[in-house]
Amino acid sequence: MLTFTIRRLILSIPTLLFISIVIFALLQLAPGDPMAQVPLTVPPEVKQKMREALGLGAPVHIQYLKWLNQFFIVEPQFLIDWMTRNSFLFGWLPDTQLGMVYDVELEKLVPQQRNISWQTRSPIMDIVIQRIPQTLWVVGLAYLVGILIALPIGIYSAYRHYSVFDQTGTFITMIGFSIPPFFTGPLLIVIFSVTLGWLPSIYDTTHVVNDWTSFKYQLSQMILPVMVLALQTTAQISRYMRASMLDNLNQDYVRTARAKGLKEGVVVMVHVLRNSMIPVITVIALGVPSIFGGAIITENVFGVNGIGQLLITALFANDIPMVMTITFIFAIMIVAFNLIADVLYGVLDPRIRYD
Amino acid sequence: MTDASLKTVEIDPYAALQDKEPPRAPRNQWLDVWDQFKKHKGAVFGGGFLLFITLAVLLGPYIWNVDPQKLDIRNKDARPIWTLIWDSSAKTLWHRPFGTDNLGRDILSNMIAGGRASMAVGWTAMLLSLSIGTAVGVAAGYFKRLDGLLMRLTDLFLSLPILPLLLVAVTLFRQPLRANFGPEGGMFILIVVIVGITSWMQTARIVRGEILALKEREFILAARSIGTSPGAIIRRHLLPNVVSPIMVSATLGLAVAIITESALSFLGVGFPSDFPTWGKMLADAVPRMEEYPERVLLPGIAISLTVLGVNYLGDGLRDALDPRIRGR
Repeated sequence: MLTFTIRRLILSIPTLLFISIVIFALLQLAPGDPMAQVPLTVPPEVKQKMREALGLGAPVHIQYLKWLNQFFIVEPQFLIDWMTRNSFLFGWLPDTQLGMVYDVELEKLVPQQRNISWQTRSPIMDIVIQRIPQTLWVVGLAYLVGILIALPIGIYSAYRHYSVFDQTGTFITMIGFSIPPFFTGPLLIVIFSVTLGWLPSIYDTTHVVNDWTSFKYQLSQMILPVMVLALQTTAQISRYMRASMLDNLNQDYVRTARAKGLKEGVVVMVHVLRNSMIPVITVIALGVPSIFGGAIITENVFGVNGIGQLLITALFANDIPMVMTITFIFAIMIVAFNLIADVLYGVLDPRIRYD
Repeated sequence: MTDASLKTVEIDPYAALQDKEPPRAPRNQWLDVWDQFKKHKGAVFGGGFLLFITLAVLLGPYIWNVDPQKLDIRNKDARPIWTLIWDSSAKTLWHRPFGTDNLGRDILSNMIAGGRASMAVGWTAMLLSLSIGTAVGVAAGYFKRLDGLLMRLTDLFLSLPILPLLLVAVTLFRQPLRANFGPEGGMFILIVVIVGITSWMQTARIVRGEILALKEREFILAARSIGTSPGAIIRRHLLPNVVSPIMVSATLGLAVAIITESALSFLGVGFPSDFPTWGKMLADAVPRMEEYPERVLLPGIAISLTVLGVNYLGDGLRDALDPRIRGR
């Protein structure tokens, strides 16, 4: 198992390199010009200087290597700095002195070259760190809620196969599959915010939770985006759960368990459920990155300024370093969760042997 | 002894081997498929709805020939005529049954034109991704040398973050394609190609699996032993046998393509603003959905019902095309 994990980890390096090349090539081939917004009165030589300051003058492969260096070495340093900012560990990395490095020629500390956003002139990791909590709260909670609803539905509709509950469940999951989030979002806003006036339609990110009233407000503003995202999750996972339960309910060990007089509840909820959860858990792990991707639309509808919304605004502003970094973060998540799913599968199911 | 016991029954030894009724022509496989398909009510409704929508957007402009782009500013913001049921004072126009938008454009003809764009993008992108997927799957399954390489490639594509990449690609390549092929044509090509090359992986995997199993069967061995070339084996013997999984993944592909196009339009990176698609209409209507909820609902319901129909169709096809389930 350990060798398998290590081998998969090593194999994921070329995958990530391939993805980084695709992302980089896409942005290199693209004809967008970050200088397009600069006023026409700026003379061309100044513009050229500005381009060079952004690192656009260097040859392509140098730009690529620089980006890799930024992404894998400089950006994580900012992350570590941020995570250790209140502890004694702060500054344990030799050259993260708040982005300063020691320059041998000048013999003093100079600002480190960073992977800075062209929009905000600040390290991208700083902005991502600001935005990630919103995304995590909404998306993570939605995923959790979705799973918690999906599992019982899946279990019961498999247990009562072809019953009214099963038929209705199948129909509702079909609807959940088919209605895109950019329609459920406005639909729920019309129903719950406009017509009924129960819930706020816009997610207020500046809202601070410090007492019971503000906590209630926070909950109420999270309900709608969570509902939209959870509908998708529920639809998918309850289908997998149902299929997996159906596979297991007809197995011989179930008949044995019933024959030796175990209670029906124990048979279904212990014997069958444990076996059916194996594929479902891997599906849950595999679905995490995709729900982050799907959250781009939901964040846009409700005005949650999370990481997806950051990507959209960066795209429209032609902020290439930001776009590359965020896209690559998504890619890393996909690769990581694929790995997690594979490893989990092997850990949970002793019948699976990777060698 | 009576006569009856003496009477021996003449047994014709060949009677048991003869058919009781005259032999019928062998039943066509697709008739069986159709019979099974008809049992799945949802699939019949889904397929029917898809057919209806396709016909409506194809023939609609000839029946309801109002120019979707025509501005009629005096008659702007009309409500659909069914608003009269609960609000008799609403501004409605009988020659604009679905109402008009904030520039006085007819919503019904916009829905038809938008559906045309959405369906065209959906079908073309689906066909593209299907052909890429089938080609890759057949090549990987049949030619052992290509297998490792192609499947590695498929895995790599599967780990690309699709929606962010789509957004990036569409935003960045919009201008040159628009300059070369016109605003609508360029966008159409861009979206179709991008959706096509990012959604073929599932088809490729399924087709490869089927081909790998089929390749070891006797009829392929027989075909090879009489000297059939690999190309002919693939065309004549393998492809007809993988039609059913391809058809099922085609329905899924159609649903994904329609949703992706609408999502891109919704995020504002799709077709130009004067070219209606369902996603675009939905996005444009969101800022004023409090006053005019029907402008959000109509395209939204159209997208959802189409995708729902396609999904049900795929579900029914999967059952109908599986010979193990058929006949039960």
